[in-house]
Amino acid sequence: MRIALVVLFAGLLATPLVIKRIAAHNKPSVPESGVLSRYGFQFQEVSKAAGIDFHHTAPHLDSKLQHIMPQVASMGAAVSIVDFDKDGWPDIYVTNSGEGSRNALYRNQHDGTFRDVAAEVGLADMNAPGTGVSMGAVWGDYDNDGFEDVLIYKWGKPELYHNDGGKHFTRVTEEAGLPAWVNANTAVWFDYDGDGKLDLFIGGYYPEDVDLWHLKNTKMMPESFEYAQNGGRKYLFHNLGGGRFEEVSEKMGISSRHWTLAAVAADLRGTGYPDLFVANDYGVSELYLNEGGKRFREAGRETGIGYAPKSGMSASVGDVFNDGRFGVYVSNISEEGILVQGNNLWMPKAGSTAADPHYENLANSMGVEMGGWSFGVQFGDLNNDGYEDLYVTNGNVSLDRNRSYWYDYSKVAGGNKAIISDAANWPPLEGRSLAGYQQKRVYLNDGSGQFKEVAQLVGVTDVYDGRSLVLVDLWNRGVLDAVVANQNGPLLVYKNTVSPDNHWIEFALEGTASNRSAIGAQVRVFWNGQQQVQEVSGGSGFCAQNDRALHFGLGKAMAVDRVEIRWPSGKTQTLAAPEVNQRHRIMEP
Amino acid sequence: MIREAAAPDSPRAVSAAKSGGALAAVARFFSIENRYLPPLFITLILLVGQVSFGVLESFTRTLLAIGTAVLFELVLARLVYRKWPVLASAYITGISVGILIRSPEYWPYALTAAIAITSKYVIRWRGRHLWNPSNFAISAMLLLAPEYIATLSIQWGNTIWPMLVVWVLGAFITWRVKRFHITATYVVSFVALAGVRTLITGHPFLAEVAPITGPMYQLYIFFMITDPKTTVKSKRGQMLVAFLVAVAELGFRLAQNVDAPYFALTVVGPIALAIDIWRSSRKPAQVKVANA
Repeated sequence: MRIALVVLFAGLLATPLVIKRIAAHNKPSVPESGVLSRYGFQFQEVSKAAGIDFHHTAPHLDSKLQHIMPQVASMGAAVSIVDFDKDGWPDIYVTNSGEGSRNALYRNQHDGTFRDVAAEVGLADMNAPGTGVSMGAVWGDYDNDGFEDVLIYKWGKPELYHNDGGKHFTRVTEEAGLPAWVNANTAVWFDYDGDGKLDLFIGGYYPEDVDLWHLKNTKMMPESFEYAQNGGRKYLFHNLGGGRFEEVSEKMGISSRHWTLAAVAADLRGTGYPDLFVANDYGVSELYLNEGGKRFREAGRETGIGYAPKSGMSASVGDVFNDGRFGVYVSNISEEGILVQGNNLWMPKAGSTAADPHYENLANSMGVEMGGWSFGVQFGDLNNDGYEDLYVTNGNVSLDRNRSYWYDYSKVAGGNKAIISDAANWPPLEGRSLAGYQQKRVYLNDGSGQFKEVAQLVGVTDVYDGRSLVLVDLWNRGVLDAVVANQNGPLLVYKNTVSPDNHWIEFALEGTASNRSAIGAQVRVFWNGQQQVQEVSGGSGFCAQNDRALHFGLGKAMAVDRVEIRWPSGKTQTLAAPEVNQRHRIMEP
Repeated sequence: MIREAAAPDSPRAVSAAKSGGALAAVARFFSIENRYLPPLFITLILLVGQVSFGVLESFTRTLLAIGTAVLFELVLARLVYRKWPVLASAYITGISVGILIRSPEYWPYALTAAIAITSKYVIRWRGRHLWNPSNFAISAMLLLAPEYIATLSIQWGNTIWPMLVVWVLGAFITWRVKRFHITATYVVSFVALAGVRTLITGHPFLAEVAPITGPMYQLYIFFMITDPKTTVKSKRGQMLVAFLVAVAELGFRLAQNVDAPYFALTVVGPIALAIDIWRSSRKPAQVKVANA
C-alpha cells in the first residue's frame, strides 16, 4: 500500500510536467511546406519601405509621479484608418503623446508608400503643453457632408475637427460643446437612436478633475486593482445637427465611474440598435443594452460578462463561428505565476435572445485565453480562408530586460484602498520592466471552434510595447494588413501576403438616410451554406479604428450566394451573387 | 451542519433555546464544537467574497477542488486506515485551494487538491504529516506549473469593512480554537518586518504592509499557519514558529518572490514540526533514564 501511495503521489506531482510536454508537442512549428502554404498568409514589416518613420513618445506628467512615470504614462500610442480625401485608398492617422510632439496623417500615395500630411491639413499640432496629450482618434462624418471628420481624445481637452473637403481640417470643438477636460482612453462614433446622425461616446480613465501635469495630490490612482469605481466619468453626446452636441449620458442611463480603456458599439442582439460594450481596467466590463434608442440599460451582471473583475484593455467584435452572431473579445493581463486573468471571448449562450441575452467566456476552450499584458485586439480574416482570426498585441513597460517590477506592483495592487489609491505608496519603478518585451499573439481560426497561435511563424516577431492595432487592406489588394502603434516605439506596418488560392470580397458603404459613414451598417455574406456578419465600426480595439470598408475572406469559394446589408436606418438591401475578389462600393438605396 | 454539530444538552445550548429568537441562534452558533468552526468560517468567507465581490475564478472550479479533496480523503482513509474519515479537514483544504489559486484551466484545481490530500498520507514522519496540505500543494504547483496558476492577489472590494468583518470574526474563531496567539504573533511580526523591509528597500511602509490587507492573507493567517496537525505542540513554540515563518517570508520578499508567504511556511513549517516530533520522542527516554 505504501508503495502504491508513493507512486500515486509521484504521478500527481509529475502531471504538470506531462501536460507541459503535451502542450509543447502540440505547438505549431515551422512547416516543411512553408508558412504560406501551411497557414495561408505571412506578414512582413515594411514601414520603412512604405515611407513611414514614426516613433511614439510618452508624456512626462507631474513630477510627483516621477517614481512610477513609465507605468502611469504608458498609453497614448494610437492608430486609426480613414480615407480622409475620398480617393478610395485608406490613410493612416497616428497619435503621439509627448508634450509638443506631433501626430501624423499618412496619406496613401497609391504606389505602396505613404506621406505625412498632418501639418498641411492641420492635424499635427495636437499636443501643445497645457492642452494635454493625444490618446487616440476616431473618424466619422458627423455632419453627413461626405467627408470623415475626426475626434481626437486626450488626457486633456478633447478636440473635434471638421474635414473641409479632404483638403483641410477646421477646429470646431467649442461649437460642438465638448467638455473642457477629459482623461479619455476611448471614444466611438455610433448612431444610437437611428436618426441618421452620428453620436459620440467618450470614456474617461482618470477622473476629469485630475490634471496629470498639475496634481493637487497623489491620491489619483485606482482605489482597487479590481473593484475601482473612482475613475473618469462617461460622456454620451447626442448629435443635434448643425455641428452641435448635447451631453445625455445621465439621461440615457450611463453613469459609471469605472476606469474605462475601451468601448465598442455593435448591434449584438439583432434589435436594429447598437449596444455598447465597455471594457474597464481595474474592474468588470459593462454591457449597455440599447432599448430602442431611448435609453441604455447596464446589463453586465445579468448577461454574465460583468461578474469577474479583470483589467479590461481592449474590446473587439467578431463572428467567430460564421453563424451570424457576434462574440466580443476583451484583452486583460496574464503573467506567468503572478496574475492569470486570461483574456475573455464572450460568446452568446445557447438560448440567448435579444430580450434576454447571456454570454459565456469561451476563451479557454477555444485557445485564445493566454495573451500577456494585452492591449489592442482586432478580428479579421488574415488568410482569407473564410474565418475571422484574431490579432492581439502585448507588452506594457519595457525597460531593463533583467529586472522586473512585478513583485512591487503585485505588493501594492493587493493592498487596501487607502494604500493603492495614493501614488506616493507605490514603490519606485527604478528602470525595471513591467511585463516588457512580450511576444504578440496571432490566433488562426480553424473554423471548428479552435484557434492556433502562429504569431512567430507568420512574421509577427516584434517585442515592442504594443498598444493600438488596426487591420486594413492598405493597398486595395484584397488582404488585411496590420498597423501597430507601439508605446515609446515605432509605428509598424505588417504587409500581408495571402495564398492566392483563397478568395475575398469587400464592401465600402455610404449611407444616405443613415449616417454617411455607414457606421452601424451590418453586412451579411452567405456562401457555401454558411454566413458571416460584420459591422462598420466607429472605433474598436484599444484606441483604434479599423477601415470602414469591410473585408470578407471566402476560402476556395469562387462565388457567394447573396449579401444582405442592413443599414442603420433600418433599410435592408440584398445583393444577389456579387462578384468575388472585388471591392463593391454600395450606396444606401 | 450547525444542528448536527451542536451539543443539544450543553447548558449554554439549553439556555439559548429557552430564550428563543436571534439571541438563541447566536448562542447556539457559539456553542457548536470547535472543530466545526473553521469550516463554517471559511465557507462564510467564500460565500460573502463570491456574492459580494466575485472573488472566485468560478464556483465550479472551487467545487471541483472541494470535491477532489473530499474524494481523495475518503478513498485514501478507507484504503490506508480502513475507516471513514472526518471530512472537515479535507473540506478546508479543498475550499482553500479553490479560493487561493487562480487558473483559467480546471485541472489545476483538481490536481492541487489531490496533491494536498495525498501529501498527508505520503509525507509522514513518526505518525504525523509534516506539511500543511494546501500550503504544500500550492507551493508545489507554483514551482511545477507557474504557467498555469497564480495565487489570489485581489482585494475584498474597495472598502475596509469586509476586511474588518473577516478579521474580527477570524480573530474570534481562532481564539475559540485556541490558535489566536499564532495569528497574532505572525501579524505583529509581519508588520514589524515590513518596517525592516522599508529600511532596507527604501520603499513606503504602507507598500510593505499592503499585502496583509488582502484576502489571501486572511486565509493564510486564520487557516494555514494555525493548522493544528502541522504546528508544534507548545504555545511558546507555536509563537516562535509563527515568528520564524515571518522572518523566512522577509527573506523571500527581499528576493522579490511574489509567493513569499507560501514558500516561507513550506520551508519553516516542516522543519519546526520535525524538531518538535524529535524532541517529543526523546522525552520519555530521558524520563526513563532519570528513573533508572
